Amino acid sequence: MFSTRTVKDMDSLMLSSIVSLSLIGFVSASVLFVASKKFKVYEDPKIDQVEKLLPGANCGGCGFAGCRNFAEAVVKAGKLEGLNCPVGGSAMMIEVGKVIGIEVLASEPLIAVLRCNGTKANAVAKINYDGASNCVVAHALFSGESGCPNGCVGLGDCVKVCQFDALYMDEQTGLPVVDEEKCVACGACVKACPRCLYELRPKGPNGTRVYVACMNTQKGVVAKKNCNVACIACMKCVKVTDSKSVSVTNQLSYIDTNVNAREHGPALIGCCPTGAILGVKIAGIKSVKSESNS
Amino acid sequence: MSDLKTFPKGGVHPSDHKLSSQKKTLILPLPKVAKIPLSQHLGAPAVAVVKKGDQVKVGTLLAKSGGFISANIHSSVSGTVAMISEATDTSGYLKEMVVINVEGDEWEVNIDRSTDLKLEIVNTREEIIEIVKNAGIVGLGGATFPTHVKLMVPPGKKAQVLIINGVECEPYLTSDHRVMLERADEMLVGIKIIMKALNVEKAVIGIESNKPDAIEHLASKTKDYPGISVQPLKVMYPQGGEKQLIKAITGREVPNKGGLPIDVGVVVQNVGTALAVYEAVQKHKPLIERVITITGKSVKNPGNYLVRIGTPVIDLIEASGGLPEDSGKIISGGPMMGKALTSTEVPIVKGTSGILIMTDKEAKRIPQSNCIRCGKCVSVCPLGLEPYLLYQLSIKRKFDRLENEDVMNCCECGSCQFTCPASLPLLDYMRLGKLEVGKLIRSRKNN
Repeated sequence: MFSTRTVKDMDSLMLSSIVSLSLIGFVSASVLFVASKKFKVYEDPKIDQVEKLLPGANCGGCGFAGCRNFAEAVVKAGKLEGLNCPVGGSAMMIEVGKVIGIEVLASEPLIAVLRCNGTKANAVAKINYDGASNCVVAHALFSGESGCPNGCVGLGDCVKVCQFDALYMDEQTGLPVVDEEKCVACGACVKACPRCLYELRPKGPNGTRVYVACMNTQKGVVAKKNCNVACIACMKCVKVTDSKSVSVTNQLSYIDTNVNAREHGPALIGCCPTGAILGVKIAGIKSVKSESNS
Repeated sequence: MSDLKTFPKGGVHPSDHKLSSQKKTLILPLPKVAKIPLSQHLGAPAVAVVKKGDQVKVGTLLAKSGGFISANIHSSVSGTVAMISEATDTSGYLKEMVVINVEGDEWEVNIDRSTDLKLEIVNTREEIIEIVKNAGIVGLGGATFPTHVKLMVPPGKKAQVLIINGVECEPYLTSDHRVMLERADEMLVGIKIIMKALNVEKAVIGIESNKPDAIEHLASKTKDYPGISVQPLKVMYPQGGEKQLIKAITGREVPNKGGLPIDVGVVVQNVGTALAVYEAVQKHKPLIERVITITGKSVKNPGNYLVRIGTPVIDLIEASGGLPEDSGKIISGGPMMGKALTSTEVPIVKGTSGILIMTDKEAKRIPQSNCIRCGKCVSVCPLGLEPYLLYQLSIKRKFDRLENEDVMNCCECGSCQFTCPASLPLLDYMRLGKLEVGKLIRSRKNN
């Protein structure tokens, strides 16, 4: 059958297909052109501009589903109140502010801080847990291997959610460690921890900071039974500072983020009888081992 | 035996290990200090009505019910209230407890301590419910749902049959078995009382066929009690689950998504609860003690003890010959649904049906491997769920989809995890899913 066709037949076949396909193409193109004009949705070009500035990690640290959603929210609101990309930091937010035409003051960079120092040595395990390796499961099930109901259960939910590789488990201590270089304070670990052990605190001038590494709200006697470095609410830290920057509520001390670590740090760390107050890069005081490693 | 009734869907058959089924119930000596938690039941915690230094007798009201679904708490010992403070419970978290230093054994005067059987039921329906409520009786099968709430049939609904749960499908446990053998008459009067309160004519006692002596004993006893019959059942876990037992005995199916047994005209009570109801109504004795099994392969003398609420677990272990050296886990409840204890100082509560000591070897979990979608968990789930899927969704935190997959129907029987050849922690993650979906549902209700 194939051999009976002539070259002329083939020519006319090709010609007709080219013509008909071009026609279809032209008609569809005109339909699309008309539709694009008639149903056009106006989109603020600023959204694209803001999105280009953002890190593009889609980490959700800002509370939105992704960077595009955040950009849309910023442009729609026209202001930056309550909107912040912790990953990009203040330098980037200033740029974002320029796009939407407002001035942004530089803010201090933040870092995630683990408010628990219940290492394997400090909070000795009394029981062994061999259930599912998930902090939320363990938290719902029991108080933890050491018995402290507020301490780190050490199963690494925070490490799993960190998209910036800034957290890792220290096998020796059994606690997660924050890598100072990599942490962008997106807050994913703050949300993931069932015991709310993470706090975003300012990195501090030259990285000096001081904080209470305990979240135990039990009475001192009970807390100390489970962990050597628990805060026992003895009030000594309140007395050594002249300001109102240290407060004790619910059997737990809290050092305000605006405390000058270099000035008050040594006194605060020195006065704590249990060693619940930790400092980073404070002269004369040994830094938190894990953080100074990074 | 194969033509015996059972539930049609799923189920597993773990080995029985009923080591203590032929051991007579002994009375455990009084503890030196009793710690009585204020929350021993499902629902709102009770509110303490005693204070430090108060003298209490056995049966004195310690705490009043704190809501509609809540229960009174009575003193199980006589002595002085040392303090009302927080102490660790089974989970290791601190819970409010009344701590009593035990002095002597003086009972409230109105409690009838004689052992004579009191057959005649003089109280009216309303009175019975009120007495059960005041006595602080909760479901003694383990879920500890306040019994008086179950006895109040909501308007527009009618109870047709009362099912008494004598299944005891958990391996090792024998406390219900002993109650059925040793206190059959009292229990049967208790059933009569519940029948009167519910206004039903028919009661069925469901017993698995691995307890032939109990079936025989009760079958001969029930001849004197018209309306009560015994139904032998095929051995299958989790037949003691309310929904499974109803399906096995009546063939009725409790509706999904929050359906209750009363929707199909059934009320289920445990044998221990029936006994407690008898003691409360006929003898004015509140719920202050219960039969508990202490068992385990390496336990010297596995047995059944009548234990006062608030006794530390260690007392019970000592009575059975001390903690064996190769102990791996101490479990409150049975091996399938029980919970490992974090300390032996925790008190026995209303819902403790047994203490199981597992050897080191038994207690260890088998290393996990990967899910190969073999579907064993699906075939054993008595509720027709897909545990492998729920497990994955829970790990990936897709809680809205979990809700659509009916995770809230899960009764946490653990059949899936028991049967999983990859030994995955299926139930752990399904519990997580239930927890999070529960939060979702509550937040939606509040908005």
